[in-house]
Amino acid sequence: MDLYSLMREFADSWMLLFMFTFFIGCIIWVFRPGSKKTYEDTANIPFRHEDKPASDCDADRKEART
Amino acid sequence: MWDYFKLIVLGVIALLAAIAANYARDLAYQVHAIIVMLASGGLFLWTVRRTDEPRTVETGYMDGVIRYGVIATAFWGVVGFLVGTFIAFQLAFPVLNFDWAEGYANFGRLRPLHTSAVIFAFGGNALIATSFYIVQRTTAARLWGGNLAWFVFWGYQLFIVLAATGYLLGSTQSKEYAEPEWHVDIWLTIVWVAYLVVFMGTLFKRKEKHIYVANWFLLSFIVTVAMLHLVNNLSIPVSIFGSKSVQVFAGVQDAMTQWWYGHNAVGFFLTAGFLGMMYYFVPKQAERPVYSYKLSIIHFWALIFLYIWAGPHHLHYTALPDWASTLGMVFSIILWMPSWGGMINGLMTLSGAWDKLRTDPILRMMVVSIGFYGMSTFEGPMMSIRAVNSLSHYTDWTIGHVHSGALGWNGMITFGALYFLFPKLWNKTGLYSLKLVNWHFWLATIGIVLYASSMWVTGIMEGLMWREVDAQGFLVNSFADTVSAKFPMYVVRGMGGVLFLAGALIMCYNLWMTVVRGEAKAEAPAAAPAE
Repeated sequence: MDLYSLMREFADSWMLLFMFTFFIGCIIWVFRPGSKKTYEDTANIPFRHEDKPASDCDADRKEART
Repeated sequence: MWDYFKLIVLGVIALLAAIAANYARDLAYQVHAIIVMLASGGLFLWTVRRTDEPRTVETGYMDGVIRYGVIATAFWGVVGFLVGTFIAFQLAFPVLNFDWAEGYANFGRLRPLHTSAVIFAFGGNALIATSFYIVQRTTAARLWGGNLAWFVFWGYQLFIVLAATGYLLGSTQSKEYAEPEWHVDIWLTIVWVAYLVVFMGTLFKRKEKHIYVANWFLLSFIVTVAMLHLVNNLSIPVSIFGSKSVQVFAGVQDAMTQWWYGHNAVGFFLTAGFLGMMYYFVPKQAERPVYSYKLSIIHFWALIFLYIWAGPHHLHYTALPDWASTLGMVFSIILWMPSWGGMINGLMTLSGAWDKLRTDPILRMMVVSIGFYGMSTFEGPMMSIRAVNSLSHYTDWTIGHVHSGALGWNGMITFGALYFLFPKLWNKTGLYSLKLVNWHFWLATIGIVLYASSMWVTGIMEGLMWREVDAQGFLVNSFADTVSAKFPMYVVRGMGGVLFLAGALIMCYNLWMTVVRGEAKAEAPAAAPAE
């Protein structure tokens, strides 16, 4: 089989399956239990550290908080 | 030590550029070699003067390069809009293709200058500047790589100058949105890799645990553009001292590669990158987090999984196999879902804060830009349907579609970001005048409406005229008939451009006055805790 047909066959079988499962997996992952709290925190990232980078003691405090 | 190394490299580059200018086989290449020689020579002198000077280590956010970036964005924006308005009138009044400028400033030479100036110079600078701003604020870390960010900024400006001068002097590989020839492409590759390294480096040393969604979009934009650029510009130069090159792909493979590139330039440069801007600036301006973070993740993965396949819809009814163009059409239509998901996510971020639209023209600008995003991502898939495409392709409808996306979505969200960033970057309490923002908003919106509606009319009219046959089956109209029928709409389109340009000039004045006259923000108490 020439290279083109080989790649073509791979693309519309295993690669297609891989990408489809990956995508479905992403969606299931997003709706996993307990994701709401994580994402609420992540969605608020733009409202922290507006003016200057986090210092190392900031990082400590965050770990202490969680 | 590093300075001495830089001096050697700059000296060698200047020397090589001088040699290249001497042996140049065409004018464009010669001009480019001279520009490179002058730039590296100037940098050499600048470095000599600073060698062995003590350096201070800065720790705050790296905002200097962003300040340059937003100024460059406004500047190139005005240049691009001006050229666009001029070529719109060149189409309406061909006499504007002046005899004395023939071969340099006729429509054919200025058109790529316009497209590249607005997409890559205006849009690209906006993306680089805002991505540097966003990635620092959302990772709580200073840009990685020290002065590498400055290299990215100035290197990109050099790319713009080389590309623009090349177009006017006729150095082009005739690929839409990828016109620059091989030597300019190589330079852009170097700059782009540096950009990726700065961005990734900052993500790696982030202080926040999670990577905020805006950075996902921006990273996918940087990575995909690198891939597209490399594949679509595979070419072999005829001579190392000349700008002409020959493409590696030929025929329909070349066409397919070109539109795989071209459509993903739209998908990842003008969509994913600007969505990164949306996911940061809209929540910031509305002062509330994004409507649904889960939706934003699904939006991201769906968008990048689907967009990459949509290119073949540019090649309906060509030598491209039917299955390929059907594939492109189907994926374009599925794209409705993530595009509208993203639009809903952006708009609903305002839920509970819709009253802000009444008082905040900047937020209004962002919302209108999301509205245009939704409109043009509805129109695009519709036009990709083969039957619709048989009417719309090669007509002005396509141009109208591109501009409702580019002026409405990319332009408006960038204006919003600039209005947001200028007071922040120059440490002012607010903009010089919200009233002028309002003026800009209405001038730009009416300009886009004039542009898009005149192009719908002329596009559909011309498509119908081309296919009109009489009872005997003969074509009714000659091509010149359609050209003369389009004249009034071309004038309206030019007027739309004038309004849009006027709005941008008002913005520049407003931003300038913000920097010069704006009220400085009082220093915030240093030790106030963030929470």
